[in-house]
This record gives sequence, structure tokens and C-alpha cells, in this order.
Amino acid sequence: MTFLEQVLAILWKDIRCELRNKHTWTGMGLFALLVLVIFNFAFDLRVDNKAAIAPGALWVSFVFASLLGLGRTIAAEREEGSMDRLLLCPVDRKAIYLAKLLGNVLFIGVVEIVALPIFAALFDVPLFAGALLPIVLLGTLGIATIGTLFSAMASATQARELLLPVLVFPLIVPVVIGAVRATGALMVPAANEPPWLGLIAAFDVIFLSASMLTFEYVVEE
Amino acid sequence: MSAPYLEIKGLKKSFSLKPVLRGIDLFLDQGERMALLGANGAGKTTLLRILAGLIKPGAGTVYIGGWDIEREAQQVRHLVGFVAHQPYLYDELTALENLLFFGRMYAVKQARERATGMLQRVGLSRYAGERTGALSRGQQQRLALARGLLHSPRLLLLDEPNTGLDDEGDQLLEALLHEHTELDGTILFTTHNLERALKFSDHISMLGGGRVAYQQETGGLELSGIRQAYQEVLR
Repeated sequence: MTFLEQVLAILWKDIRCELRNKHTWTGMGLFALLVLVIFNFAFDLRVDNKAAIAPGALWVSFVFASLLGLGRTIAAEREEGSMDRLLLCPVDRKAIYLAKLLGNVLFIGVVEIVALPIFAALFDVPLFAGALLPIVLLGTLGIATIGTLFSAMASATQARELLLPVLVFPLIVPVVIGAVRATGALMVPAANEPPWLGLIAAFDVIFLSASMLTFEYVVEE
Repeated sequence: MSAPYLEIKGLKKSFSLKPVLRGIDLFLDQGERMALLGANGAGKTTLLRILAGLIKPGAGTVYIGGWDIEREAQQVRHLVGFVAHQPYLYDELTALENLLFFGRMYAVKQARERATGMLQRVGLSRYAGERTGALSRGQQQRLALARGLLHSPRLLLLDEPNTGLDDEGDQLLEALLHEHTELDGTILFTTHNLERALKFSDHISMLGGGRVAYQQETGGLELSGIRQAYQEVLR
């Protein structure tokens, strides 16, 4: 069985399980929408401050919803003991990580697709669908890359709900800053902006490589 | 004389500085069955989990079929089947989907035919399309047995495999173990039932104080003798 076949088999299993119980998607989706609605009511949105507030609100909702989902994916494996069953199989540990990562990107992506039009309506901003896509994609990949690794680490502990955000938040700060600033630049283009997309992409590559190399040691005691 | 199929030398393992295994030496030839006995916390499950490659040994060496379980873990995983007292299945997948998934993971040839055949063998054919979470505990354990045997492992590790099984399930387990050794497969299983240990095994080992405190071939052994030895190990 090739590496790619292993990844696809685990991903297929995760998607099928999630489609049947829907716990993660519905929880993440509702959470993202609630955050957007609360932000919308909490801030006094005016034309002049919209560009400063809206990108932050969008990414806060994505980050919190992502953490909710990330905590579940591997914790569910651990709780049911199935992670052991997966680890028993002669499967490359990198394939397990990559499948979990792709699953997380997919789950978060679906939530984002639902949340984005609602964000645009609530904050009365254009969707920038074409230009926003690479920012959302790279930002989501960065959050999921770190989140997948650390959710595996946190799921082996008693205080996983507390530990996951404590471990993940500090590390995804560069991605969140980059994504918020890049999204803000779409609303109000500014001169001499750093290449935020490049920064997020570099972050993704570095942490994806590090996570692939270390995942085996994280899950195998 | 050929090397033992399972060879454990000086195996040690600690958790948070608390030693669980203090130097285990065990040998098992191909086609043999060994029952592993011991009080709760004696280290039986830890030993099986190390053999299954789920946790790493602290010290010592373990060879399965001539492969080092640390350095050649992937080769060892192909040889080992592990059934624990928990079924370790995916509740959202059907019985057949579970077996097909693990069949793909183990690169089983003609996985669908093999999975269907295993479902039939454990008496779950008519539940093939049922979600595993909807099956009874005993049915889940039967499915776990099917999953453990799906890739035709050479060494079968069973951690209290009778959990949840009714009398019929017990007989099925007995028949499956018999078939496995008929095909020259090797079995190491844990149990608290001394009668079962005597009936199903060629060797009995008892863990106590983190070591093998008793080891004996079952040929000629009486249940009363095992009971006495067990009481001494527990003391």
C-alpha cells in the first residue's frame, strides 16, 4: 500500500465517521457563527473602523471554531482506543498525520465556507471571494498544521481541553497576524505592506515539515 | 535448533519512575500457546502492548519472528494481531466497513472477500451493514476477533479476549484459537481464569513483582497445582 493510499484510506474513514455523527461540523459551525454575531453586536461598527475590526472578528471566529474541532478529531480516536488500532497497523505515522491534517483542513474549510457569507452580511463588507481564498486556505493550513500535532499531544493528557489552546495559541500568532493583516489589506489597500501571504506560506512549510517529523514521537509514547 | 518465534530478554518498563516490568524473560516457539496470568497491575497488559508495538520497552530486547520490535517495528506489525478486552472499532462505520478499513491498512489481498469471510466465520454476516456502535458488546468483541485475525497474523496477542462473550462466543473463540495454532500460528493471551489457561495453552506464565514468577508447561499439570502456584505468586 503506497503512502498516498494510506493517507486516503484514513481520510476516507474520518470523513465517513464525521458525516455520520456530525458532532464536529455542527459544533464548529455554530460556534463560528455565534462569535461573528457577538462581535457584530459588541463593536460599534462604522464605515471608518470596519476595516480594523472585521478581519479580526473573522479570524477569531475561525481560530476558536478550529480549536473546537481540532480538540475532537484525535481525542475521539484516543477515547475509543482506536488510535491504538491505527498505531498497531503497519502504516507510516506521517500518513496518519497527513490524513488527520487534511481532514481538519476539510472540516474547518466547510465551516469557513458557511461562515464567510454570513460574515460579509453581518459586517457589511464585500466577500472578496477570489482574493480571500488563498489567505483563508493558507491561514487554515497553518492553524490545522499546528493544531493537529498539538491535539495529538494534548489528547494523551487529562486536561486536554485546557492544554490545547495553551499550546496552540502562542504558536499560531504569526499566522493569525498575517491572515488578519492580509484580509484587512483587501478592504483598505495600504502601501508598503509586508508580503503577508508569503509569511503565512513560509510558516506553513516550516511547521508542516516539523510536525511530520515529530508526530511519530508524539503519538507513540 | 531454531530460534523461538517470540523471544523476550530482560524486558523492563517503568511509568513515571514506577517500575512495572523489572526484567521479563519469555520464549515461545512457533505454533505454541501461552497463557499469561497475574494479579491486576502485574504488567500483563503492559507486556502485550509492548509486544504489539504500542509502547516502547524501557530496556531489554524483544524479537518476533526474528525481527527486532524497536528497529523493525513495521515488519513486526504485519506479523502481530492484537485483540484487547476493548473492541477498538469505529462505532460510526458498519461491521463490514470496519474490516475493509483495517484490511486496507494491513494491505490484505482481496480484502472484501476476506472481510466477508471473517464476518461469516464469527457469525456476524447478517450484521455486515449494521453500524458497529449499534451492535451488542458481545457482537463487537466477535468483530474485534475478526479484525485481529483479518491479516492472518503469525503471533496473536489476546488481552482478556473473553470480555463480553457469551457461551457461544467462548466456543467460537476456542475454535478460532485452535484454527490459528493448526496453521502454525503462535498465541499469547492473558486471562484471570485458571481453568481456561490450563485448557487453551501449552505453557503458563505468571507475572508477579514485575517478573516471571512462575512458568510451566501445561502437559501433566493439574488445576489444583496451578491454583496453588497462583496463590503463592499473589502473596
